[in-house]
Amino acid sequence: MSVLHMNEAGFNEKIPAAPIAMVDFWATWCGPCRMLAPVIEELGEKYEGKALIGKVDVDEEQGLAARFGVMSIPTVIFFQNGKEIDRKVGVMPASAYTQVLDAHM
Amino acid sequence: MPYDVAVIGGGPAGLSAAVNVRARNRTVLVVGNDYRESPLYRAEQVDNYLGLPGKSGAELLELCHRHAEEMGAAFRKGRVLNVMPAGDRFYLGIGSDVEEAGAVVLATGVSRGRKFPGEEALLGRGVSYCATCDGMLYRGRPVVVVGLAPDAPEEAAFLQSIGCRVTYVSGKEPQGLPPEIPFVRAVRLEVLGEEKVTGLLADGRELPCEGVFLLRHAIPPVDLLPGLALEGGYVAVDREMRTNIPGVFAAGDCTGLPLQMAKAVGEGLVAGQKAAEHLDAKERE
Repeated sequence: MSVLHMNEAGFNEKIPAAPIAMVDFWATWCGPCRMLAPVIEELGEKYEGKALIGKVDVDEEQGLAARFGVMSIPTVIFFQNGKEIDRKVGVMPASAYTQVLDAHM
Repeated sequence: MPYDVAVIGGGPAGLSAAVNVRARNRTVLVVGNDYRESPLYRAEQVDNYLGLPGKSGAELLELCHRHAEEMGAAFRKGRVLNVMPAGDRFYLGIGSDVEEAGAVVLATGVSRGRKFPGEEALLGRGVSYCATCDGMLYRGRPVVVVGLAPDAPEEAAFLQSIGCRVTYVSGKEPQGLPPEIPFVRAVRLEVLGEEKVTGLLADGRELPCEGVFLLRHAIPPVDLLPGLALEGGYVAVDREMRTNIPGVFAAGDCTGLPLQMAKAVGEGLVAGQKAAEHLDAKERE
């Protein structure tokens, strides 16, 4: 699967090990998150094998949401070897995300 | 259901665009506040609208609204939070809902009032523009609702109902605020916090909170659509009311001076027709 759905354990295992990762913090009741979902899917395919593209459901993983201070959704956070390097709050066009990914490849 | 064209804003420019999209037999959805909230509605008399001098702003808006209704425009009340282009389609986030269209006309008017100190830096770190989107993240926590739009008391009641501890701040006494929500009158506001929101400074008084919901009439176009080109603070358009984003048109006060009804109606007409032509061209491809 090209987009990795992560719980806290999965996140702790995968994100520090990924040279570059992008994680979409979302929830089922959030309309803008549903708008963003196809973009995330598309990036998951486009960056398959090049970057980790993941999703975290903030309703189920409140600990992760709190750890990263996610207070608006969708929030997309970029990580390099587990360290936050950038974040985008709200729905953005795909190019806003690819710019960050491509700059750190 | 997807629409051919989505119009953001229900003032004269948006309604004119809607009428002209319908005249081309295309479907159109107008998303906006109640037209009675338009600044024009409070104009006692409009003397420079050609052919109809001396009418009040309210009379003119009612005529415009009825015209668009009779032409078959669909209406939806709400605040558009963002517009996302995806291929040839546009998705509009409205509260926790989504609408889809093939072209967009921005007719948001001018948003009065600047951003508050701290607002931009703390966006997504406690500052939110949407109670239904982010409210659940603040259950059990103290939040402040800054009521800058008439539907703000409703949103405050929603936040209270899901378990947020709400304080309501605005410059004047709100209508319809549940009595259990404390009201603080203030106009000079500053969002406080470093990494995340810790409070709101309201006329010098600090209200500790973890979330600040800023509920305005409308989100400025440039925040709706990242990458939208501006000129002198207004949406940049060409003679065909095209913005720099293909499929997105703009009309009325949001494109610049003069902020007058006749100009808004004329631009709305062009934007509506050109949006319909844009779809014709796409379909021929």
